[in-house]
Amino acid sequence: MGLFDLFKKKNSGDVAKDRLKLLLVSDRANCSPDVMELIKNDIINVISKYMIIDTDGLDIQITQTESDSNNGMVPALSANIPIKDMKNRSTK
Amino acid sequence: MSEVIVVTSGKGGVGKTTTSANVGTGLAKLNKKVVLIDTDIGLRNLDVVMGLENRIVYNLVDVVEGNCRIKQALIKDKRYPNLYLLPSAQTRDKTSVTPEQMKKLIDELREEFDYIILDCPAGIEQGFKNAIAGADRALVVTTPEVSAIRDADRIIGLLEANEIKRTDLIVNRIRMDMVKKGDMMSLDDVVDILSINLIGAVPDDENIVISTNNGEPLVGSDALAGKAYMNICKRILGEEVPLLDLSGKSSFWSKLAGLFKKN
Repeated sequence: MGLFDLFKKKNSGDVAKDRLKLLLVSDRANCSPDVMELIKNDIINVISKYMIIDTDGLDIQITQTESDSNNGMVPALSANIPIKDMKNRSTK
Repeated sequence: MSEVIVVTSGKGGVGKTTTSANVGTGLAKLNKKVVLIDTDIGLRNLDVVMGLENRIVYNLVDVVEGNCRIKQALIKDKRYPNLYLLPSAQTRDKTSVTPEQMKKLIDELREEFDYIILDCPAGIEQGFKNAIAGADRALVVTTPEVSAIRDADRIIGLLEANEIKRTDLIVNRIRMDMVKKGDMMSLDDVVDILSINLIGAVPDDENIVISTNNGEPLVGSDALAGKAYMNICKRILGEEVPLLDLSGKSSFWSKLAGLFKKN
């Protein structure tokens, strides 16, 4: 790495990796990033009724999981939702 | 116990044929009885990479259609005692053979050979289906590029759906100098994205071009890619071989020059 590389923008290798990750989400599930965004917003709306969540830290993605039914891997929607606090429903 | 391995990638031009030739030759060098089958009907090339193009009499389609016996179509590689090639047909197309016919052919070959290596055509159509029909395991070849990895991911899904028992990854044409600069995805990046077992990485090595020019597979030579392919062969046989240092020899002076190089 040259001395001047320190001030450069993101490396193209990282750009490639990020693009691929997004691409594969839609490829694997036959589900476009637009749809994922809609799902994400709906999840935020539902969870927000009961909890205060960190919407920036929320991460949903299509992953692979083992299935008991046909002893293979199936796609799964996994969501990682950081909870900040519970809403106190009684004082609403 | 024989094992049938399909070499596949989805995308074309990532090194399926070169990998097939080197893995087949390497396994033969390790005293296994090997037959290489070129399943790319209409665009055969494994014969050229192996340097056996002048010895073709019969081909895969001839065998399947019953124009000749299997033994007549197999070309014996005179450089190695246990290595044979079943060439593909050049003037036919992929529909000349069905997956059922491939399965039957492979089952007959299982009785003769320890390893049957199938060089798969690019794409996911009939040619791919023919190539994977009789396979026990797969080697998925990719390069550290977005397009090749995307196709590899699709292929891995299709192999799973077709109940191929084991799928391993070969990352081809990696350039450690570019990885170090951050301008190429690293082995870890690729494995992380595809999440299958890495069986080997082959550096981008000009010796591969030279060996293809000469029709003599590089495996087992002192060239870095030759060593990498031999390691892959040993891992196929179940040996534990640590990953090769692919960075090559870089001297103190070249590192110093790199430090002061402008963009």
